[in-house]
Amino acid sequence: MTATLKVPAASAVFAARNRRANQIALAVLVALVAVAPFVAYSFFVMNALCFALFACAFNLLIGYVNLLSLGHAMFLGLASYVGAHAAKVWGLEPVSAILVGVAVSTALGFVTGALAIRSSGIYFAMITVAFSQMVFFFCLEAPFTHGEDGIQAVPQGRALGLIPLSNPWVLYVFVAGIFLFGFLAIQRIVNSPFGEILKAIRENEPRVVSLGYRALRYKLAAFVLSAAITGLAGATKAIVAQNASLTDVSLSTSVEVVLMTLVGGMGTFYGPVIGAIVVVSMQNYLAQFGEWVTVIQGVVFVACVMAFRRGIVGELAARAKISL
Amino acid sequence: MNIFGHAISLPQLYGQLLIGLINGSFYALLSLGLAVIFGMLTIVNFAHGAFYMMGAFAAYFLLKLVGLDYWWALILSPLVVGAIGAVVEILFLKRLAGFDPLYSLLLTLGIALIIQGLFQNYFGSSGEPYAIPKQLGGAYNLGFMFLPVYRGWVIVASAVVCFGTWLVIEKTKLGAYLRAATENPTMVRAFGINVPRMITLTYGFGVALAALAGVLAAPITQVRPGMGADIIAVVFAVVVIGGMGSILGSIVTGFVLGVIEGLTKVFYPEASNTVVFVIMAIVLLVRPAGLFGRAA
Repeated sequence: MTATLKVPAASAVFAARNRRANQIALAVLVALVAVAPFVAYSFFVMNALCFALFACAFNLLIGYVNLLSLGHAMFLGLASYVGAHAAKVWGLEPVSAILVGVAVSTALGFVTGALAIRSSGIYFAMITVAFSQMVFFFCLEAPFTHGEDGIQAVPQGRALGLIPLSNPWVLYVFVAGIFLFGFLAIQRIVNSPFGEILKAIRENEPRVVSLGYRALRYKLAAFVLSAAITGLAGATKAIVAQNASLTDVSLSTSVEVVLMTLVGGMGTFYGPVIGAIVVVSMQNYLAQFGEWVTVIQGVVFVACVMAFRRGIVGELAARAKISL
Repeated sequence: MNIFGHAISLPQLYGQLLIGLINGSFYALLSLGLAVIFGMLTIVNFAHGAFYMMGAFAAYFLLKLVGLDYWWALILSPLVVGAIGAVVEILFLKRLAGFDPLYSLLLTLGIALIIQGLFQNYFGSSGEPYAIPKQLGGAYNLGFMFLPVYRGWVIVASAVVCFGTWLVIEKTKLGAYLRAATENPTMVRAFGINVPRMITLTYGFGVALAALAGVLAAPITQVRPGMGADIIAVVFAVVVIGGMGSILGSIVTGFVLGVIEGLTKVFYPEASNTVVFVIMAIVLLVRPAGLFGRAA
């Protein structure tokens, strides 16, 4: 008891330092997002932002609940298809189209999550792989996705009927806004009382259960939230790229998001963003080497798992004794 | 017959049943390998599909470069690929023993990417043909259908290997050591048994089973870099349905699901790719630990 009485002073100092570090990190992130389209091709940056949001949503599960979903592309890809379909065939304006995509990925998250959440660890990973493969086959065969061709020429239209997204600068502000909204939403979730319970479940699930919490419901809620934010990233991506294809729903995309989070740092706010930028750049600049990209990704995977488990941001934060 | 609006002919039914049994043989061999590895190392080997593909390619190389035929490949390919698996275990997996098993899964995922990327680099996504050995050419006339000899051989061979593995693990002294080491490795080590080496050999053996499945598949499916990635998700679903850690469960579930998949192709072809996953969802609802699994 005496030990815990002494802690508040130390932890208050730590918390203040942490808060300042996170304020600085957030300011740097916002500045980077603002400057990025002036130094890099803006469509490349927007694509990276969509993947960054995807990785952050994935990290909500692996980083804070210790649930490894190896099928997260099903949410990204399905929301992308539905968003594209809503914008193109139903003629919805982009914000509504994206919301329809989010609604569908949320529903898919609820159904698959309800079935998978009772298991954990590697079992959970295998079940999510299987479900995402099922969604892949659904997308391959359902008429509205146009199979191998995907949905092409998705109109960007006017957001809320007013803001023309066909202007690349306007589109960039729109996508950056969505990214920051999703990013801050995840931070808010993790730092809320709900997030504290999630972290408690990660540390010691039986104890949380014995305290009277329904751990499974909290885990399911986290899974559904993660699916919803992933859907937000996917549907936005469909509007940016003006297409939806099978790649976004494939196992390789599920694997890539794991790699992004691992490289950047699992269980950190900023790690998945950095990891997404690294992996997307790698694909972009190494595209000329064809399948070597896959080999390099595999090597990075092995290197991270063997020697660099904290990832880039996790390593930096550990050195500076803060949590980012 | 007319079911769900599809006209069904008996030869078609038997044909798909046969294909189902063949696929079931591969599912059984692969999920058995996963179960053996899981039992000993409590990890999921994500590189299993890649090792299956390597087994097929090893047979292809043995024929093309060394001139050794199918029968040699049947022995050498699992040995070589199994040895590679053992090296992976010694170099990487052993060092992750104390960490969360998720790291081992991620490691095998990275290794799968490396292997698959390398093969795709040199062979693209197209397949290389591998001829059926001449001793197994032709077909038997069973009266109601023609059974290609090679297909019959695949079913019998994999059933024998699966049953043999089950016998060794459940009925022999070696199997008893293995099961004991799964329960309490420290105690088994205290009896003077080299448990770390046993773990390496177990991993190598599981990988060798995948490679054997690859050799058996080579004349049927062609030798393709993507053949492992295509099958691995279904095999995972099979393992989840059967329940982890049950040797017999993985064998039975593999064969049965292959047959169900084949039947679905006859009665409701649109669902043939997804039926295994739908069954998995139902099993998870009714028996979360799997049909043969013990509750965690």
